[in-house]
Amino acid sequence: MAEIKEAIKENSMVIQKDMLAGLFKELSTAQETGKKVVYTFVPGNLTELILSFDMLPVYPEINALQSGMRKKSAAYIREAEKIGFSEDVCTYVKCDIGMMLTGNIGPTGEKLPPPDLLLLSYTGCFTFLKWFENLEKLYPGVPVAMLHTPYQEDGKITSDQIEYMVKQLKDDVIPKMEKVSGKKFDMKRLSKMMENSAKAEDLLVKVLESAKHKPSPIDAYFAGVYYIGPIFTAFRGTEAAVNYYTELYNEVQERIRLGLGPITPEGELKEEKFRLVVEGPPNWTNFREFWKIFYDMGAVIVASSYTKVGGVYDLGFRHDPDEPLESLAKYCMGCYTNMNLPQRVNLLADYVKEYQADGFLINSIKSCNSFSAGQLMIMREIEQRAQVPVGFIESDLVDPRYFSYANIKNRLESYFQMLGQRKVIMAQEATI
Amino acid sequence: MDGINKYYLGVDLGSTTSKAVIINDQDEIIGRGITNTRANYSVAADIARDEAIYNARFSILQKKLDDETKARPEYKKYITDLESVFQYEQFKVRLDKLGEELVKTCKAFFADEKKQEEILGHLRNIRRSFKPVIKHDYLYNNLGAKNQFFRDIVSEKYNEEVNKLDLSLFEPLMTVWDKSISPAENERITFDFQELVHKAMDELREKYKNLPDSSLDNESVNFDAEMNLLKGNFDHVSESLREHIDEIAVLEFNITNMTGTGYGRALLPFPEDCIRSEILCHAFGAHAIFPETRTVLDIGGQDTKAIQVDKYGLVTSFQMNDRCAAGCGRYLGYIADEMSISINELGPMALEAEKEVTICSTCTVFAGAELRELTNLGEKRADILGGLHKAIIMRAMSLIARSGGVFNEFTFTGGVARNPAVIKYLTQLVKENYGDKIKINIHTDSIFMGALGGAMFARRNLNVDLPSNKKEKVSIN
Repeated sequence: MAEIKEAIKENSMVIQKDMLAGLFKELSTAQETGKKVVYTFVPGNLTELILSFDMLPVYPEINALQSGMRKKSAAYIREAEKIGFSEDVCTYVKCDIGMMLTGNIGPTGEKLPPPDLLLLSYTGCFTFLKWFENLEKLYPGVPVAMLHTPYQEDGKITSDQIEYMVKQLKDDVIPKMEKVSGKKFDMKRLSKMMENSAKAEDLLVKVLESAKHKPSPIDAYFAGVYYIGPIFTAFRGTEAAVNYYTELYNEVQERIRLGLGPITPEGELKEEKFRLVVEGPPNWTNFREFWKIFYDMGAVIVASSYTKVGGVYDLGFRHDPDEPLESLAKYCMGCYTNMNLPQRVNLLADYVKEYQADGFLINSIKSCNSFSAGQLMIMREIEQRAQVPVGFIESDLVDPRYFSYANIKNRLESYFQMLGQRKVIMAQEATI
Repeated sequence: MDGINKYYLGVDLGSTTSKAVIINDQDEIIGRGITNTRANYSVAADIARDEAIYNARFSILQKKLDDETKARPEYKKYITDLESVFQYEQFKVRLDKLGEELVKTCKAFFADEKKQEEILGHLRNIRRSFKPVIKHDYLYNNLGAKNQFFRDIVSEKYNEEVNKLDLSLFEPLMTVWDKSISPAENERITFDFQELVHKAMDELREKYKNLPDSSLDNESVNFDAEMNLLKGNFDHVSESLREHIDEIAVLEFNITNMTGTGYGRALLPFPEDCIRSEILCHAFGAHAIFPETRTVLDIGGQDTKAIQVDKYGLVTSFQMNDRCAAGCGRYLGYIADEMSISINELGPMALEAEKEVTICSTCTVFAGAELRELTNLGEKRADILGGLHKAIIMRAMSLIARSGGVFNEFTFTGGVARNPAVIKYLTQLVKENYGDKIKINIHTDSIFMGALGGAMFARRNLNVDLPSNKKEKVSIN
């Protein structure tokens, strides 16, 4: 009995692994099979649209983080610095460019095909623009489609903005895709895919919201980055994604039923001591070490902003089969980093409350402006509003030179002790 | 009576110095110990703890005789003097150890017998000439503001003596020194308190016996009223105190619980539950002394921490310097070395500044280079140092801002809080940025704040999160 459960637990992981292996296999043979390849970004990605043309997406930032996890990023970054990229440039960019310069071997060890289209679908991060300018030079002659994404300056998405985005899709993005793929745009097909998108999105929201349970059955940050993998990358809109999220959802339900805590690389977390909300991306070069500091201390991340970088579905957005282009527009503008700072503060403060978190922690990334800007203000606001202890650590995405284990451990240890002490004193206060 | 008293120990193993504090049931500090953090953390912690216990014995003695010393101030003087001489006795033991090491190194290092003999001869001469000087400094409290750690005291004197010799001897003598000082310093020496205190009493007797006859005749010796009372009376004082001294010497000293903190805390031989972050300890220590504290700034050897605390002394948020330790204690140490002065002279010299020369505080090594450049340009030392101290505070101010700002009251802790120029600029900038009404607390025990917080946690742990099996008594000495 127990053995079967064990197998069920890991099934979603196996499924995801197979999905990714299949994609990279397909990419490695794209030139032979004639499949067209689109390089694009995770925030505000137009995956369904790309897939509706039977093209394959490649996400440079995903490759960069994979390189970071596989300890290859240092060498790639060095390559990029050799040709003149400064120390301060986003390390995703340098890692990606370094990888391309050294043969473009992807995470599975298979060669990635060159792009047939460079689709800059999100402009909220200024670096993305510069990144693709560089890719344009690396792949001369490859067409570029740019979708200008208006920032939610006033904290809302207006009908004018949607109209503006849809116009760009119709006038620029879709025609370029038709040209590259040699296929006519098929609105029905796109609409059909969006049914799958919405199903998977519903399931993901349920999975992430399961962390409201005590103990939380999941870690919504360290494991969360795996959960968002299929939906934020090449699989949204596919049946495979719906299957994956159904499986994952069932596993999580089972964990809740059994009252189990999250799975960690060293097995199940036995005692949930602290519940945290985390803002900012994780560090990838020392991902396991970083995670270990948390689970060793019994800290579970119950909600994170990073798992919303490809869409804040818990606020209600779903891809809508009835208005495919409009929902692509709303999706692009709705991703986490496209929200203004008061919106982010509201979201995070709500998380602390709804997920009954003991604390709020920021992992500030040296090379990420999109995330880092405003973080200190966010921290102060959350401290005042949510009345929980706040913590701040610094690391980097994929440059191992900026991960100082001793410093981070020291700060986290202090932070957890701070939370622990508070619990004890508050409990004493309550009994007096 | 004291046997039933409970004592609690906090050890703060910092990057530069290791501190130990012992408190009693009422959170009163009864013992302080401090030493340099050497390569061997465990030895540093042991030495700091031993010193705190010796100091505690003396302070228990003072307390016991509280009523009597009020009537007879010469008692107090005698005990204070006795503690200094006691420290000298400890110093002497370690000096002998160093002597052995020097001889050992010399023999191992110089194969040539003649050369060996020559160097040994110089070593003997050096020792002969500096030993009485150091003894005098201890006996007459002349160590002053200088660092009073074994390594610092001895190396200063050794260097002085080596510099008097022919230049060709510099290298061999310094090589022998470098190879000998660490083993001598890193050996844990267990002292017999009673034996040592008796030796100290004998030594003190000699000192008093040799005091000049009349204070009027001699103005150079630091004479005071109490000393005058002791003169001619010391045998009587000594005999009336002997019984009390013997009593505290054999006092069983039970440390009921302890907490280790600081940079090297993970390496302390303490149970895991007795290790606590220095951020929490500094905040708790500051809160103990100044309960209204809401913001704490701690500048230590390599860390600057801006901490916000609540009414319970619990940390609500903190910020620390990342990636670079410029602006911390070690930065000052480096600058002092660059200027060839002692670290304790930096602050007073900076106070003489007429203006503050702008100086970079982002990199210690660059600041050193800048300092040389500014000196060449003719800037005054005091003005450069003024700028440098201001730069340190500017850096700390940014960290404070990141942690949320300054709230009343503001307490400054850590080793750097002993530096008067740092205090001057801190006060100035805190008031400029956060208003005149902020009360700024700086305690004479600021360097011990982390260890104090640790000891206080040790006392409270008994009632809170420590499982009962961790309550076992740790008996020391």
